[in-house]
Amino acid sequence: MSAQVTSGAASLSPAGGGGSAALRRFGLAVGPVLAALALAGLLLAALGVNPFEYYGYVLQRGLFSPSGIQQTLTRMAPLLCIAAGLIVAFRAGIWNLGVDGQFLLGAVTAAAAAPFLVTLMPVWLAWLVTFVLAMLVAMAWSLAPALLKAYQGVNEIITTLMMTFLGTSLANVLVKLVFLDPGTTVPQTRTLPVEDRLPRLFDTTISGGLVLGLIAIVAVHIMMTRTDFGLKLRVVGANPNAAIHAGLPVPWLTVVVFALSAGLAGLAGAVDIIGVQGNVRADWNPAYGLTVIPMVFLARFNGFAAIIYVLLLSVLSIGGESAARRLGVPNHFTLVLVATVLIVLAIAEYIDHRYQQARRA
Amino acid sequence: MSQASREIPAAGPPIVELEGVTKRFPGVTANDSVSLAIRPGEVHVLLGENGAGKSTLIGMLSGLQQPDEGRIKVDGQPVVIRSPRHALSLGIGTVFQHAMLVPTLTVAENLLLGGPWWQRPRKDALRAEVDALAGSLGMKVDLDSIAAELSLGEQQQVEILRALLRNSRILILDESTSMLTPAGIEELGGLMRRLVERGLAIVFITHKLREAARFGDRITVLKLGRKVGEVAPDRFRSLDEDALIADVVEMMFGRRSGDPEETARQTHVVEAGARPLLSVKNLRLKPGATSPGLQSISFDLHAGELLGIAGIDGNGQKQLAEVLAGQIASEGGSVLLDGAPVERLSVGARRDAGLRYLSDDRLGEGTVGSFPITLNLLLKQIGQPPYWRGGFERNSEIERHAVEKIRDYDVRTPSERTPIGRLSGGNIQKVLLARELADGAKVVIFNKPTYGLDLANTLATRDRIREIAARGKGVLLISTDLEELLQLCDRIAVMAGGALVGTVENEPGARAQVGRLMIGVAA
Repeated sequence: MSAQVTSGAASLSPAGGGGSAALRRFGLAVGPVLAALALAGLLLAALGVNPFEYYGYVLQRGLFSPSGIQQTLTRMAPLLCIAAGLIVAFRAGIWNLGVDGQFLLGAVTAAAAAPFLVTLMPVWLAWLVTFVLAMLVAMAWSLAPALLKAYQGVNEIITTLMMTFLGTSLANVLVKLVFLDPGTTVPQTRTLPVEDRLPRLFDTTISGGLVLGLIAIVAVHIMMTRTDFGLKLRVVGANPNAAIHAGLPVPWLTVVVFALSAGLAGLAGAVDIIGVQGNVRADWNPAYGLTVIPMVFLARFNGFAAIIYVLLLSVLSIGGESAARRLGVPNHFTLVLVATVLIVLAIAEYIDHRYQQARRA
Repeated sequence: MSQASREIPAAGPPIVELEGVTKRFPGVTANDSVSLAIRPGEVHVLLGENGAGKSTLIGMLSGLQQPDEGRIKVDGQPVVIRSPRHALSLGIGTVFQHAMLVPTLTVAENLLLGGPWWQRPRKDALRAEVDALAGSLGMKVDLDSIAAELSLGEQQQVEILRALLRNSRILILDESTSMLTPAGIEELGGLMRRLVERGLAIVFITHKLREAARFGDRITVLKLGRKVGEVAPDRFRSLDEDALIADVVEMMFGRRSGDPEETARQTHVVEAGARPLLSVKNLRLKPGATSPGLQSISFDLHAGELLGIAGIDGNGQKQLAEVLAGQIASEGGSVLLDGAPVERLSVGARRDAGLRYLSDDRLGEGTVGSFPITLNLLLKQIGQPPYWRGGFERNSEIERHAVEKIRDYDVRTPSERTPIGRLSGGNIQKVLLARELADGAKVVIFNKPTYGLDLANTLATRDRIREIAARGKGVLLISTDLEELLQLCDRIAVMAGGALVGTVENEPGARAQVGRLMIGVAA
């Protein structure tokens, strides 16, 4: 895994292996996606659905229609924030799989705070305070896995996954018992008035959260590839023993990585609430984190590539929802598609590895 | 146990021969053109320190690894041993250092593992076979006990039994005595004798001289991947134990005639009363699970002086280096660098103060293999100007620095952006030298600086070490190669069990003195 990460990092530097290597990398990134589309197409055909019609519909509804593209871009906002958080963690060799819990707690915090804060202060300040609160709550939720990993070496995959189950339940409890809107019969938080939500971009329905998401992921990318702090995190991720040998404060950096990663997941929650949802309904869990994780892997932890893959995911999920209704394909077919991409990618990676070995021998 | 193997007369034609076998790993030559023959009826001792290449040799014999050069012959025919299963079918059984039994299964179940999956396990046949075999060898094996409940000695017996049940003609025992009690070692020795009397060949790997002399028929000495000597059975029998050990010590640590590594050493005289550059007092560390810790280590190192730390690997040398560098916290004691206490400083602060540490684990901790040379050269200075300004890296400065170091230290690399893991061991070492000797070095700790390097790089590294001392810096040289220490050092301290057991001035006669201290024979 770490070899992947760092080879991705190395490829960002100008002097590389030259044109053929770049072509190979491009083929490795795009080829599996095309192959997976073809395979999933066969599956659709087996279900009695014309795959061209399905893909055409997905593209039409997710990308080429004005309302579709606006929905797609709006959906990208929280996904990009989550992707940014995942890139920080994964590049530092820390597998934060608890983003969904962190996201939901951030969302509930935002839904509880924002409607209250906008009555007290200017709306921009209310947003800012809400973002900070959501990030702090999500960070606090990652503290237990962070400390366990940093000082006891406890596997963070297990702890973050467990905390995500607890986090989703806690978010529900908070919605149903603490932040319940007394004005409605359905259990949900108070709703942020539409005029107090993040501004829309230009004359569209695209949420301003998209800008925040793009800033977050580009900032993270630059931090990880260009700054001393990012390099320290990459050293910890690529070779923890070398980090200790070089005198880096590995436990402290580990805690910071958890905080950044969880904070960005919490920010994603706040962006989704203040930008789009306005409130949190009980039992609401879009599970963005679990769908973004494969995208971040496909992008090899590269921020710019992640933007493209997140766009692809948004098109698939927005377009897929319409196509599913129209053509009678189960709504979860998007997940099948993503899974196929991952499997094909793993196979491509394996073949490439064998090929490289054979060439060197 | 097949009938045929018993009829082979003792010391007949070799069952397995290695011819010029070479095995390389990235940056390290683990076996360098090793030839040896394993004959029935002999306990063939493979003697050598950690890193001498014993484990790699066994790995190739047991089918875990393939030689890069040379060949292995079984019964006179060249054979490629493809896998451990293939090795077993050729009659080569291996008992590894760490027990390889499934702890939750009974002894009988463990012995039946690996049988054909489509057959029912034949417990009754096994019982009869084991009873006959164990009885005749004087082993006591309870087939119904759970493997985890057996002592380490008993587990080993089960593993030996397993190898015998598969009709092994050669039994390889890898450091089998390291986990045993003295009584267990005696028992194992007796068992080996009975086995070779039945015509088996035994390869007994150890780094303990006494055991080699007591239990062996033939001794092959490995050093840094090369075979440096062999004691044949007739000579073995003609010597008494002490003479034999003296003989082997000579091979392990002795001077080779026409040694290309030979160079004249210039003695350095420390001025009386001069303040030591590095002064270590009562440095202590608790023993770990696999390390002896440090027991009140004290020594002084003066400017321009080369102090060697000798000892069998794993006697606390690495811990000493890491405590001095600040990678692990000591449990007490003081370290004065140029008169100033540094024992509470961080790794980075100690480095800035001039205390440098060249790790022996070049790829494991010294570098990040997938990172380019440029960044590896600055691994211990991340964030410092002029290479980073305001948190952002400055590529031109970083690259200029790398190009300069690559030229000064003669690093052979396609580009300064090449991932360091692609370089040879010698070139990685040059990068590390360039990094650690960079401006401000006062005391440099070398841990096995020439381990795994070829001759040219070994000589270049040693020249570099001499040059550092000549420039008035203090050098602490940890090495398991006594020859290296004798060539370079002014004084040699010997470490055993986490303590400094003696310090020897490097004068004529030092070799024998250090050699004896090292193996704990007597001071």
